[in-house]
Amino acid sequence: MSDIKKCDGYVLHKSRRRMLKGLAAGIGLIALPGRDASALVWEEFFQKHFRELSKDELKGVIARLEKDYSKQYGKQVTVKTTPPIEGVRYGYGLDLSRCIGCRRCVYACVKENNQSRTPQIQWIRVLQLNKEKGIDLSEAEHYYNPATVPEKGHFYMPVQCQQCEKPPCTKVCPVQATWKENDGIVVVDYNWCIGCRYCMAACPYGARHFNWAKPSVPSNEINPNTHYLGNRPRPKGVVEKCTFCIQRTREQPGRYPACEEICPVGARKFGNLLDPESEIRYLIENKRVFIFKEELNTQPKFYYFYAT
Amino acid sequence: MKIMRIARPRLILLCMMSVLILPVGLVSAAKVKEFDRSGQLIVTEKSAADLQVQPAYDIKNRPKEKIFAVPRPPFSEGAFPCSQCHKYMKPNGTRRTLTEYHTEIVLHHAEGQRWCTDCHNLLNRDKLRLVSGELVDFEESYRLCGQCHGDKFRDWKVGVHGKRTGYWNGDKQYLLCVHCHNPHDPKFKALKPLPPPDRPGKAGH
Ligand code: HEC
Ligand code: HEC
Ligand code: HEC
Ligand code: HEC
Repeated sequence: MSDIKKCDGYVLHKSRRRMLKGLAAGIGLIALPGRDASALVWEEFFQKHFRELSKDELKGVIARLEKDYSKQYGKQVTVKTTPPIEGVRYGYGLDLSRCIGCRRCVYACVKENNQSRTPQIQWIRVLQLNKEKGIDLSEAEHYYNPATVPEKGHFYMPVQCQQCEKPPCTKVCPVQATWKENDGIVVVDYNWCIGCRYCMAACPYGARHFNWAKPSVPSNEINPNTHYLGNRPRPKGVVEKCTFCIQRTREQPGRYPACEEICPVGARKFGNLLDPESEIRYLIENKRVFIFKEELNTQPKFYYFYAT
Repeated sequence: MKIMRIARPRLILLCMMSVLILPVGLVSAAKVKEFDRSGQLIVTEKSAADLQVQPAYDIKNRPKEKIFAVPRPPFSEGAFPCSQCHKYMKPNGTRRTLTEYHTEIVLHHAEGQRWCTDCHNLLNRDKLRLVSGELVDFEESYRLCGQCHGDKFRDWKVGVHGKRTGYWNGDKQYLLCVHCHNPHDPKFKALKPLPPPDRPGKAGH
């Protein structure tokens, strides 16, 4: 991307609020909330970028969201804004020699991260591949459904956000509603996302998903432990993706991601890349490791490996 | 809420329009904050989101882990303690087909070279037995397996073979080998997969 273009994005980002206010006052706009709209709507409409909120503003935003969600789902929903832990860069390992393609991770993720049931959104996609052909995506089967897995002659490759060190998706966002945090997690501010879906086009892993319709999660299945940049309920018209379970992993102590916890074969590994004694460092240093679409230089922090 | 959602697409249009209309002066007074080429945020002035503090992750002062904390061994109901029956029975170390009890146990694990009492202690049935003669509890059955599967045992200890649950930066639990492998027939059993995703075409894709 040229510097000029980047500059454009920057200008746009800076000015969205101010210009809206100006336009609203000056021209009297059709698209703004009507006179009867509640104060809540106005507040959200004029909310600043997450990273520009003052302490009090942040508190206000969170209180508003928690109230809103709690009412909507009939139970206390908390929205955390836990920041990155200094000295941590998250890395994920997936053992292709163990994965059997059972999709337990897909559904554990849906549940933990409040993904829409209908229409269906799933952050993890498991590919069935042919052992003879190797990682040839034109041969990938997404819809396999035999009585039992693994099937002879096949191996399985779950794909989710690769938390790239050089994420192509964040670069193309015209309003900087998505960015990489200092612990390496690529996040989306759903209150800022305008739903243009450029990021989806830019992601080589198909890891971003768009809420075409209002997401639906049954009240009794909602996970009330949420993070602002992660699994809080999403509105219609925004993009979402895996965040390494930011609402779990950014705590001290922080639980393993839900997909890691559920995996019946123990194929999923997670840890701090900056800690030489973490399991993620051990496997990078001792096992055969590859990263997906390495030639694109996105530098994923998601490492596929073969334990044997 | 609703109104706002409807407003979104128009918002994009608005943004585009106004970039053209807006006088540049309005824009230039922004805070020092930039995104680098990889999209990483560089902030010189700390935002509220950043001002919340978390203690740093200290490699030297890593939270202590309990050594190989494990969940309860996966005995079937009523199987343990083994001594509830075996203390009244005469131990019988001869290789044979069991007919009265444990008939469901069929060894399929290098069975040609092995019998029950290579792993189970003949006199105290509540313990496992290592080649060295040392007796170990069922909570430590990984040591038994580790005698012959050293490579797996090594990987297991660092969390790479098998599975650890709990906290990535705190206490962890290790699943025992026997939580995943039946010691008598250790090949990992096939599973029924959960349903495939909806085909595209349906809304949501
Ligand atoms: C490779 C070593 C090994 C051999 C050989 C072996 N066992 Fe075991 N057995 C174990 C281990 C380890 C466990 C503990 C499983 C657990 O923790 O639940 C066990 C568990 C059992 C149990 C409890 C099972 C349950 O349902 O909870 C019985 C009964 C048993 N063994 C009987 C036998 C008999 C009888 C034989 C010979 C036919 C035999 N074992 C051979 C290692 C062995
Ligand atoms: C409900 C009673 C009962 C329990 C509980 C029980 N056993 Fe047994 N076990 C028996 C009987 C009866 C036999 C003899 C079977 C035969 O000879 O056909 C036997 C035989 C065995 C044998 C074959 C060697 C021998 O001494 O005959 C092993 C090994 C064994 N049991 C291990 C275990 C282990 C390990 C446990 C606990 C995990 C266990 N058993 C729990 C009843 C029991
Ligand atoms: C005395 C040595 C010995 C001990 C102790 C032992 N094994 Fe094995 N194991 C073997 C041998 C030899 C094989 C390969 C032959 C076979 O597959 O039957 C094997 C095979 C296996 C396999 C591969 C099975 C397959 O078909 O893919 C697994 C898994 C395994 N063992 C798990 C265990 C576990 C779990 C324990 C502890 C309860 C254990 N072993 C204890 C010797 C041992
Ligand atoms: C979370 C479940 C899990 C645990 C815990 C676990 N394994 Fe495995 N193990 C697997 C799976 C899955 C495979 C591959 C399945 C297969 O090919 O049969 C495997 C394979 C093996 C094999 C066959 C060789 C290979 O690489 O395929 C051996 C031997 C083995 N495990 C030993 C152990 C020992 C010893 C322990 C404990 C120290 C242990 N396992 C703990 C899941 C587990």
